[in-house]
Amino acid sequence: MTQTTPTPEASLAVEMRGIVKKFPGVLANDHVDFELRTGEIHALLGENGAGKSTLMNVLAGLYRQEAGIIKVKGKSVDFYSPRDAIKSGIGMIHQHFMLVPSQTVTENILLGLDDPRFFMRLPHYDQVTADLGDRFGLKVDPRAKIWQLSVGEQQRVELLKMLYRGAEVLIMDEPTAVLAPVEIEGLIRTLRSMVAEGKSVIFISHKLQEITAISDRVTVLRKGKVTAAGLQTSQTTRQELAREMVGREVVFHHEKKPNVPGELVLQVKEIHAENDKGLKALSGVSLNVRSGEIVGLAGVAGNGQRELAQVITGLRKCLSGEVLLNNDTLSNQPALFGILRGVAHVPEDRTHVGTAPDLSVTDNVIMKKYRRPPIAQYGMLNMSVADKYANQLKNDYDIIVPNVDTPVRLLSGGNLQRVILAREISGEPTLLVAVQPTRGLDVGAIEGVHRLLLQQRAAGAAILLISEELEELFSLSDRVFVIYEGRIMGEIPIGIEEPSEELTENIGLMMCGTVPEQIQKREASQHV
Amino acid sequence: MSETPSTSKSENRSRPFRLQIEPRLSQPPGWFPAIVSVGAVVIALIIGGVLIAVAGGDPLRSYIHIAKASFGNIGVLSDAIVKATPILLTSLACCIAFRMRLWNIGAEGQFIMGAFGASAVVLIPLLPGDASPWLFIPAMMLAGMVAGAIWGMIPGLLKAHLNVNEIISTLMMNYIAISWINFFVFAVWSEGGFQMTRKFAQNAWLPRLLDYSKEIPLFRGLTTHMGLLIGILAAVILWFIIYRSRWGYEIRLIGDNPRAAQYAGINIKRNIVLVMMVSGALAGLGGMSEVSGVVHRLQTSPLAAGYGFTGIIVAWLAKLNPLVAILVSILFGALILAGREIQPSGVPKMIQGIILVCLIASDFLLRYRIHFVHAEKED
Repeated sequence: MTQTTPTPEASLAVEMRGIVKKFPGVLANDHVDFELRTGEIHALLGENGAGKSTLMNVLAGLYRQEAGIIKVKGKSVDFYSPRDAIKSGIGMIHQHFMLVPSQTVTENILLGLDDPRFFMRLPHYDQVTADLGDRFGLKVDPRAKIWQLSVGEQQRVELLKMLYRGAEVLIMDEPTAVLAPVEIEGLIRTLRSMVAEGKSVIFISHKLQEITAISDRVTVLRKGKVTAAGLQTSQTTRQELAREMVGREVVFHHEKKPNVPGELVLQVKEIHAENDKGLKALSGVSLNVRSGEIVGLAGVAGNGQRELAQVITGLRKCLSGEVLLNNDTLSNQPALFGILRGVAHVPEDRTHVGTAPDLSVTDNVIMKKYRRPPIAQYGMLNMSVADKYANQLKNDYDIIVPNVDTPVRLLSGGNLQRVILAREISGEPTLLVAVQPTRGLDVGAIEGVHRLLLQQRAAGAAILLISEELEELFSLSDRVFVIYEGRIMGEIPIGIEEPSEELTENIGLMMCGTVPEQIQKREASQHV
Repeated sequence: MSETPSTSKSENRSRPFRLQIEPRLSQPPGWFPAIVSVGAVVIALIIGGVLIAVAGGDPLRSYIHIAKASFGNIGVLSDAIVKATPILLTSLACCIAFRMRLWNIGAEGQFIMGAFGASAVVLIPLLPGDASPWLFIPAMMLAGMVAGAIWGMIPGLLKAHLNVNEIISTLMMNYIAISWINFFVFAVWSEGGFQMTRKFAQNAWLPRLLDYSKEIPLFRGLTTHMGLLIGILAAVILWFIIYRSRWGYEIRLIGDNPRAAQYAGINIKRNIVLVMMVSGALAGLGGMSEVSGVVHRLQTSPLAAGYGFTGIIVAWLAKLNPLVAILVSILFGALILAGREIQPSGVPKMIQGIILVCLIASDFLLRYRIHFVHAEKED
């Protein structure tokens, strides 16, 4: 090795070795290695909860790793705050922008810096901002207030903020999730111009199309571990990436007994709806569920599952389309309408939607029963009946809690989920919408939840299971729909036998936005 | 931020121990909150004592004097209860609104409008002047409650349908209420140009203990009036509504987690309006009780004396429990009375403030536990 050629380490902008980061009950990063070369766009691929964001938050100084080392340009660094990270030239742009809406672009860029000290000298810095924008093709009016800007422009401000602070490595956490297609093209051009200037970019995503379009190399994470490190994007296929992302070995449990589904209970017809930000979340979703049947909805989080569950349960209005429950129209009715007709809902967000944290276990389990006798009597609540009911659920569903007066905020995640399931299932629902019912639970708790869902299936309930865990969907579902960007990509029947590797791969591809027609076409051409 | 992590670590090592604060993972025993509250009051009295001593007073003697001035004999006790009655009703108004995390700062205005509504029955007059008190009192109660409820309903509707911040709107409505009765007191119903209306006839007065002094001599000179009974009854009913009724369950659920309430199929908008109306009605009932039990005429200064604002503090100290609010209001009635005894303003107000701050701060101990970690145990 001569002195003129750079050593491999020197050409690395960032090197992470053996990063371990734990959260209560989860090993988010399990000895993760990651390398970023100078001047490349490196994609980080993985399902939600695979540990991508955690790893990048460690690199950006937001979290501190329990073990492992980080080197920037070959030098070991120790970050205690994002400020330390930006000093070393590492800047992260989060999914949720950290901007002050009432201030101008320039003011936001200068925010928190030591210079200017007292007088803002805004005209001067407006010019600096404009020049920086021209250099990187980030056109934005420095004097515009943040609230006046589109989401895409706000993202540019975030980029400028990091560039102004001298960032050499830019981490972008799912930057396209909030953008319109045209804006995505603009972002890709910007990223290209930045790497041309010698910057390096880490691009977190779970969308295969984007990754193949943007990145030079890709690293795949699954369940906190690296499954593919630094693959050349040009030398890999989408299938390969999908497989690395969702996993080859889908464990299949033979708990499910064959059964003949009954009447159509839920019919979702051409639903269009918006998300909280007013962007299109559902574009013509249609599916149906029969009684005695579990229908899975597979998809990476944020593709409209949440909104669909809300439309069905009356928590969100839809723009057009119709939801029918045994020929009653459910869509655009208040939530109570569905509750009174036997719609049960295990919400995605246990603490913020599913329970009232400071109220007791009793108060939480009667949430859907307090309107009717025997708990309600002449407008009053019969608390002894309610307590008895809560104690019965506590025993039947193994809710571990000293007594039913305990506020539920003191319960563990698994116990909290049992409280919710007990409440929703004990009403013998006609339709159960379960959203990520096992997320964050340990293995024992997951099995318990699965058993309860299968019991409901045997009892004749129609169950819509929304999950990101293919394993779970295969073990429990009779059919699986795949959703991507608010559209149903296809419907796949699941037998009681172990699903083939090809089936898994196809679902993985559909979850990442490749339409089944393409698969069919390719299959056809292969057979010829 | 400029402090580097390594130095802060070595600083920790140089101390023999450090405090570690962590959230409580299990429910503390039932007696714990009571002990913490009593402890907070004791600490507040000690702090107050230090301040009195610094100002050159004798803390112990001052406290004994305060106690005597408000609980020393049955006469002053009765006066303390008279002061406590309007506070009790306004604090109940706050209890139900705050339960739902509706920050009704407008109990003051609703109280004043309640007094106005009750007075209108006498002064318009809506009833013949010689009607029986059995007719007058219920009519005045109803009018007071309706007036208060309307005053609460306006910010309620604004909040429910236009998402107007209720803190601002209820606060502003207080000033409108004062101007409203000023107009009537100065102009329409002014008695001979004075800033007050004529005195109500006796059949529009709430019965007082001294009215029965002929039968029971002990009651001579005691001005405690039936408003106390109304207040206690309202507190008991409110307790049942909040803790035992379907509607109260909805209120508690919305207060603790509105998204969960929506998920449970509860109509939040309707409840905002309803709770603001009930809250206003309770404060209005307080205004009726004060005008008919104590002032006996519509007059601005004794009515707009800040009872609505004291009610906020009392509701908070009672942890929004209507039954506890009865005790706390009597305590505050006593403090107001003692205040007049030892100093027009100042020390008693200061003690009120310190008690409030200590009690609010003590909540922290219910949610978190504090550990002493010895340095040797680390690393």
